[in-house]
Amino acid sequence: MKKKSWLICLGMILSVSAFLMGCSGNESGKNDGGTNGGKDTLIIGRGGDSTSLDPITTTEGEAFKVTINMFETLLNYGEQDTTLKEGLAVKWDASDDGLTYTLELRQGVKFHDGTDFNAEAVKYNFERWMNGDEEKFPYYGMFGGYKKDEGHVIKDIKVLDDHKIQFILKRPQAPFLKNLAMTSFGIASPAAIEKYGEKFREHPVGTGPYKFVEWKPNDRIVLEKNEDYWDQGKPKLQKIIFRAIPENSARLNALKTGEIDLMDGVNPSDIESIKADANLKTFERPSMNVGYLGMTTTRKPFDNKLVRQALNHAVDKQAIIDSFYGGLAESAKNPLPPSLEGYNDQIKEYPYDLKKAKELLKEAGFPDGFKMKLWAMPVPRPYMPDGMKIAEVIQSSFEKIGVKAEIVTYDWATYLDKVSKGEADAFLMGWTGDNGDPDNFIYTLLDKDNIGGNNYTYFSNDELHDILIEAQSDPDQKKRNKLYQDAQELLHEESPWIPLVHSTPILAGSKDIEGYAPHPTGSEVLSGVEFK
Amino acid sequence: MLIPVLIGMTLVVFSIIRFIPGNPAQVILGQRATKEAVQQLTIQLGLDQPWYVQYARYIGDLLKGDLGTSIRTGAAITQEIKPYLFATLELAFFAMLIAVFVGVNAGIISAWFKNSVFDYIAMLVALIGVSMPIFWLGLMGQWFFSIELGWLPTTGRENVRNPVEAFTYIHTLDTLLHGRFDQFAETIRHLILPGTALATIPAAIIARITRASMIEVLQSDYIRTAKAKGVHMFFVIYKHGLKNAFIPVLTVIGLQTGLLLGGAILTETIFAWPGIGRYIYDAISYRDYPVIQSGILVIAFIFVMINFIVDLLYAVIDPRIKY
Repeated sequence: MKKKSWLICLGMILSVSAFLMGCSGNESGKNDGGTNGGKDTLIIGRGGDSTSLDPITTTEGEAFKVTINMFETLLNYGEQDTTLKEGLAVKWDASDDGLTYTLELRQGVKFHDGTDFNAEAVKYNFERWMNGDEEKFPYYGMFGGYKKDEGHVIKDIKVLDDHKIQFILKRPQAPFLKNLAMTSFGIASPAAIEKYGEKFREHPVGTGPYKFVEWKPNDRIVLEKNEDYWDQGKPKLQKIIFRAIPENSARLNALKTGEIDLMDGVNPSDIESIKADANLKTFERPSMNVGYLGMTTTRKPFDNKLVRQALNHAVDKQAIIDSFYGGLAESAKNPLPPSLEGYNDQIKEYPYDLKKAKELLKEAGFPDGFKMKLWAMPVPRPYMPDGMKIAEVIQSSFEKIGVKAEIVTYDWATYLDKVSKGEADAFLMGWTGDNGDPDNFIYTLLDKDNIGGNNYTYFSNDELHDILIEAQSDPDQKKRNKLYQDAQELLHEESPWIPLVHSTPILAGSKDIEGYAPHPTGSEVLSGVEFK
Repeated sequence: MLIPVLIGMTLVVFSIIRFIPGNPAQVILGQRATKEAVQQLTIQLGLDQPWYVQYARYIGDLLKGDLGTSIRTGAAITQEIKPYLFATLELAFFAMLIAVFVGVNAGIISAWFKNSVFDYIAMLVALIGVSMPIFWLGLMGQWFFSIELGWLPTTGRENVRNPVEAFTYIHTLDTLLHGRFDQFAETIRHLILPGTALATIPAAIIARITRASMIEVLQSDYIRTAKAKGVHMFFVIYKHGLKNAFIPVLTVIGLQTGLLLGGAILTETIFAWPGIGRYIYDAISYRDYPVIQSGILVIAFIFVMINFIVDLLYAVIDPRIKY
């Protein structure tokens, strides 16, 4: 009896293994069975999962990559820049005083649940957002706050007819139209919001080219083609799957076996091997970020402008770019990335010049240098792939001018907390733009209004403040650009930062992907993507 | 014993994470938040209350079977945790099958051929296994078996182009219940690499314990008698030998299974396995206190349960043990 059962057991093991070998299923998409025999499913591998499917409830880039395909905004950005293009609105018009914006909406658009898109739906969405708060709808703060706040810029929203809507502002807000194009302000179906309530974040219903199918947290999100999409002939694919694969190397392995078709977060060191692979190609995402070394201007000796300038001369940015960005970044001289309007290209970058740096230190009264703490970012970001190593390079060049920097780091939450309290001498940090407007860099990161918020340097300058406030309220783009250029001059002179780089994130995908254009904001509509 | 252990656990977890600096409200609202909003959320989350009030609330909810609400996603943890938990259980169970099968047999053979070349090699491999970084092993496995040989998938639980219809969250079970043997095979193929990576360390430990225990047993008189009687070698080893040598091995298996649940985080990261380790890890970087507490509590609970079951199994294996 005993012997027999062992034999049965052995037999089972053998047959199962034979079965498994036989079913050596082919997961690569190369011969994935679509209706036409071609590939019609795009699988994107990314580092993290979404936290919400309702774009207004989050500020996380990973979430927007998905929602931008389900929800459309009134205006869109250009394919690879932040100029304004039509979206759900086909025409827009600002009054001369910058207080009234009239938008004409696209006709014949339906939400995924079959209800009509019209001016009432737009108004409904804005009212939902403005009646919320920073925790519920964080990005709505771009409109100066919420209905209850004094700073809120929208006074009234008028529905002129079914497809015409008017925004009346309390005071001019120059980036208003650029804000409308932010992925967060995707227009959702009022009927679905009513139906799902708090659960809308798991049941998204918009007008976009793709519809929601399922979300398996930390694993994947599946979208399928919206057959009734208003733009004829789009989208070109049947399905898009976003997979969360946290480890960069593992994600690349999955790309090489064809389990995924496209990936972000390529290690700079892997770029060569991808370029050498005949089945793969790379894509560049235009830069809309900045990585910098901030100096807390309220702490000694960083309250001295000459010290800050001296340190600006003491960082070899090109060496950093070559070593840690795989050469895929340009060295920064302004807080703004060059792709934005208002960028001041006249500014002359502080050259890497240790002699000059020493002279400035001497002039500042520190001929023998000083001791400081250099804070290194603990998490990788596109603008700062390896904070620790970059800090080490900076540390060694500071050493040459007598500045002894001790590198410290904390976990990310603690780091942000301490830096925003002004506890760091000098710290590595960065920013990725939200709406492609210079205001979103200079005002947000360096104005005195944002001390305790994103102005971690505690830099406070009234002249700068006046310029920025004027630029915020002037609807004339040319005049604004001039103002921002002036602001950059001032910042160059005052040097609260050492601007380091604007990085160009690299993506990799299968060779047969066509029509994919990565957007500087970090999320793009995939309606034009197909396999050739 | 069970209940005081669990209460102690809640207290320890609760206090440790509150010693970590960093305000969860700041983290939730992100780099872009204003001071007022952070303050408001702190109050809303009850984080401004003294710790004992927060703790009392937490225990009160637990007794009602409510694990709390995730700060980050706003969803009920009792619901949210299920798929993650079962994904990890499936992986850990599979890994343990490999570990026990490989570990016990390697240990037996080593003991049987004590001090032979095979013994030395097996124990050397076991030593390497214990010290192997899973990260490296996982990536090498992917490179060799997926990219070079094309036998196994690199990441995930299933072929997303042909997904499993899940209702128990345990894919091997789901596919069998649906009678989808092709998908069952696919699920097993997805389990092999992460399962093996996860099994390395426990297999090595089990092998060493089995060897030590078996050597002792194989020297005893009744084994000699059995051999002299002409009992087949197979039965001498597995029936007479292993059964008596198994108690310490079983203890280790129980402990290792528990460790796998929490220790699967690296494996889950490399193989993109949507398990509870990653769930808790993400929660830690977001200071999602309720998820950290409940996640650790659930793992601790399972750990305690597994060891309870192991205790019961002692009595099955050795009838002299009674409770």
